[in-house]
Amino acid sequence: MEFFRQVNLDWMGKAKYFVALSMTLLLIGGISWVSKRGLRYGIDFKGGTLVYVRFAQQPPIDQIRKGLSEQGLGDSVIQRISDISNSNSNEVVIGLEQHGQGEQALDAGKVAILKALHTTFGSGDPSKQDLNEATPSSLAEFLARRDPLALGPTAGGRYTQLARRIADYRDKEHNGLVSNFDDLKNVEGVTDGVVASLRDAYYPGNFTIRNVEIVGPKVGAQLRRQAILVTLYALAGMLVYIAFRFEWVYGAAAVLAVFHDVLITLGFFSLLNFEISLTVIAALLTLVGYSMNDTIVIFDRIRENNRLMRREPFPAIVNRSINQTLSRTILTSGLTFLTVMVLFLMGGQVLRSFSFALVVGIVVGTYSSFGIAAPLVVAWNHWRGHGVAAGTGSAAGNKTRAGEAASSRLAAAGRR
Amino acid sequence: MNPNLKWKALFILAIILLCVYGLLGLPAFPTSWTQAKENFSKQIKLGLDLQGGTHLVLQVQVQEAVSQQTDQVVDWLTTHLRDKNIRYDEIRKVDDTHILVRNVVPEQSSQFRDFTNDNLRGDWDLAPAPGEGSGYLLTMKASTVAGIQQRTMEQSVETIRRRIDALGLTEPTIQQQGRGENEILVQLPGEGDPTRAKAVIQAGGQLELRRVVDPTPFPSEAAALAAHGGVLPPGSELLRGKAEAGQAGQPGGETWWLLDRTPIITGRDLRSAEENRSTEYPGSYEVHFSLSTEAARRFGPFTEQNIGRPMAIVLEHRVQSAPIIQSRIEDSGRITGRFGQQEAHDLALILRAGALPASIKYLEERTVGPSLGADSIRHGFQASVVSLLVVMMFMVFYYRISGVNAVVALILNLVILLAALAYFGAVLTLPGIAGVILTIGMGVDSNVLVFERVREELRAGKAPVSAVDTGFQRAFLTIIDTHVTTVVSAVFLFVFGTGPVRGFAVTLTIGLIANIFTAIYVSRTIFNWHLARMPRQAALSI
Repeated sequence: MEFFRQVNLDWMGKAKYFVALSMTLLLIGGISWVSKRGLRYGIDFKGGTLVYVRFAQQPPIDQIRKGLSEQGLGDSVIQRISDISNSNSNEVVIGLEQHGQGEQALDAGKVAILKALHTTFGSGDPSKQDLNEATPSSLAEFLARRDPLALGPTAGGRYTQLARRIADYRDKEHNGLVSNFDDLKNVEGVTDGVVASLRDAYYPGNFTIRNVEIVGPKVGAQLRRQAILVTLYALAGMLVYIAFRFEWVYGAAAVLAVFHDVLITLGFFSLLNFEISLTVIAALLTLVGYSMNDTIVIFDRIRENNRLMRREPFPAIVNRSINQTLSRTILTSGLTFLTVMVLFLMGGQVLRSFSFALVVGIVVGTYSSFGIAAPLVVAWNHWRGHGVAAGTGSAAGNKTRAGEAASSRLAAAGRR
Repeated sequence: MNPNLKWKALFILAIILLCVYGLLGLPAFPTSWTQAKENFSKQIKLGLDLQGGTHLVLQVQVQEAVSQQTDQVVDWLTTHLRDKNIRYDEIRKVDDTHILVRNVVPEQSSQFRDFTNDNLRGDWDLAPAPGEGSGYLLTMKASTVAGIQQRTMEQSVETIRRRIDALGLTEPTIQQQGRGENEILVQLPGEGDPTRAKAVIQAGGQLELRRVVDPTPFPSEAAALAAHGGVLPPGSELLRGKAEAGQAGQPGGETWWLLDRTPIITGRDLRSAEENRSTEYPGSYEVHFSLSTEAARRFGPFTEQNIGRPMAIVLEHRVQSAPIIQSRIEDSGRITGRFGQQEAHDLALILRAGALPASIKYLEERTVGPSLGADSIRHGFQASVVSLLVVMMFMVFYYRISGVNAVVALILNLVILLAALAYFGAVLTLPGIAGVILTIGMGVDSNVLVFERVREELRAGKAPVSAVDTGFQRAFLTIIDTHVTTVVSAVFLFVFGTGPVRGFAVTLTIGLIANIFTAIYVSRTIFNWHLARMPRQAALSI
């Protein structure tokens, strides 16, 4: 079966529309970027505190806000997490910006948030602990002390395993929230006696802390600088390799195209108010690799056709190369797009912004290979070969002399 | 079968077996399916983001160690210049690396220079102080500063490692991190509540036993100064005490002790420390310690000479208690106070592990709850399986029998990638999964490139055998170029990146190398095998 056969489109003839499209996208992104005063950095790059909390029922936002205000955290941001696959996830993120880097401990914000949650939603009985917050080691210690199975003082190992199983049951099957002690009887080795002793010391709280992230402001700036540097280094490395395998123009065009992809993707992030986090950087790097791959496939064909079709004008060669690889381009991009779309829809909260970057990036990255990278090479060739020869005036004349050696080398290399 | 083909097939089979063995057969050869599954989850190490746990980045305040060294040199100079009878107005620490000696008596100037140079030349530069008649400025050498900083970092990492090991957490990571200045990365897998670990890491842990100059404490700093006419005796220092009933001037108020500046015993002299039930305060705990033989030799005579006088137990620059020495003590002591059991346990642990050479500050703290980690794995796994199935179904639908070939190549690629992660002991993180996704994408791409090329050649009228041959040859160059470009960038990411970016680079590099093998070598071998079995005139199913 085949979708495409003998396509014959004049891609280079439409180059100006591509440029116009890219400019528009860049402009829209840029305007959003500037009007929102920069990108929305996640706490990785900005510093601050994030606490992810899951509730057993619909999260009572007003109550949470009230509890936070009582702890002097009126300026914290509370956000519901809605999942596409599970719109009722009962999760909220409580975010707190760093209040300057004083002598305050790094986790002061976290401690205050937890205190607010405990005073608002705790049992009110200080002698009991929240079962959903107990760590396996504290459970094991408690069980070994109470010894509900009457195993004697040497049974620590058995209780450690039991505690591990209870915690696993809670975390893996009940999403970290056990609201009824009787549920625990489903765990292998839990008897009525074990449940009874747990009841004495624990209560089933109605929320659980899923994730805590605290980043100091200094680290945030450091991470941001490093992310930018590392991306630039990687791009430079690619530029050198492509310049070595092809011509430096190809390298420059490919890197410019990839740069364009990253900027447009960031524009979309700004437009839709997604946060830039460390995982998004990983996604951007994936997109760089992907887009580069796409561009090189087309460049490879151009190089090959250049040898076969010496007499044809360069734009025709490029057109033919894009047409010949079109089937592959559509197939690969389509399949990869499908993959990241699945990830976006099913990948859960953590992968959300990551897969969003890829969904946008793959479309833009595929487009830029024929819409930006190839036209750039054609334009350069035109300027070098014909533009100079046909040019009049002293400026063009100067260019001829200065660029003569380079241009003849390029022509020879390009048509080898 | 063609003998060449047979060898190739055997080679591929050997690789597959090696990979499967690496994933399922280690550390002990499995005898049941559950055991194989257990082996697999042991071999593939999950990062904190997938497994749950705590990630801490802390910064060692190395400057403190430098400053301390300067303090010691000031003390040393003061003592020795007094012994040599060299007169001057003042010795002062200007900042962490500079000492100013003001107005050395001109006749003694050369004596001072010679003495200082002879003893401190290795670590300090001596120069006339600018703007001072016959003053001198000592500057710590840059190499000495760097040396102190490096030693401080190494000691800190070692101390923190001993403390965390004593807490009994599973597979912690403690290492210096190159990202910023003097940073240490601590990862505690499976630890959902870092509060205790953080307290244990950050505790200074300096224990000192010192001679008490004035047997009774003072209610305030001013009172102590007044008692000594405004100047403290040389070599002594005032330290704040933990207020305890019956000890201070007023109950609950402050106490200040006048102590010797130099300790008799420090934390380094401890042989062991452990918590015990307190005899004085029922229900609370205290810490018993014993001294090394060498320290006991110093401690015995000291206690004998000071019977009836108090001795201060100083913990982190605070006087914890000042018990009266009743008799000669050889090699043991106890730290009393109303400690809880865990508090006493942790204090003993910190004392055993030794003191931190400088204080530390937390820069970053991330805790992934175990339920979130489990969620991420489930979602990531489901998404990967669904997308892989979709891709494979499409390949078979679009390329028929050749599509099966691509499916085999893709699966093998993933198996090799996972096995390599297991053999290298690399950790699979969320960004690592991003690398796997890019690998799958490029793996599909390589197959599509080859197949489209073969189709083109067939369309041009070539026979299947030569079409496959040319198709692979032509696509080979493209595949190499795309892969090498990406590997080049991955190497840069690995060298200059940290943390998540590195995880991405590792899986990507391994995946791409595996892909060149599967999409070219393995796929080619399968094609050849298929072509050899096919009747000459039959059409290739592609």
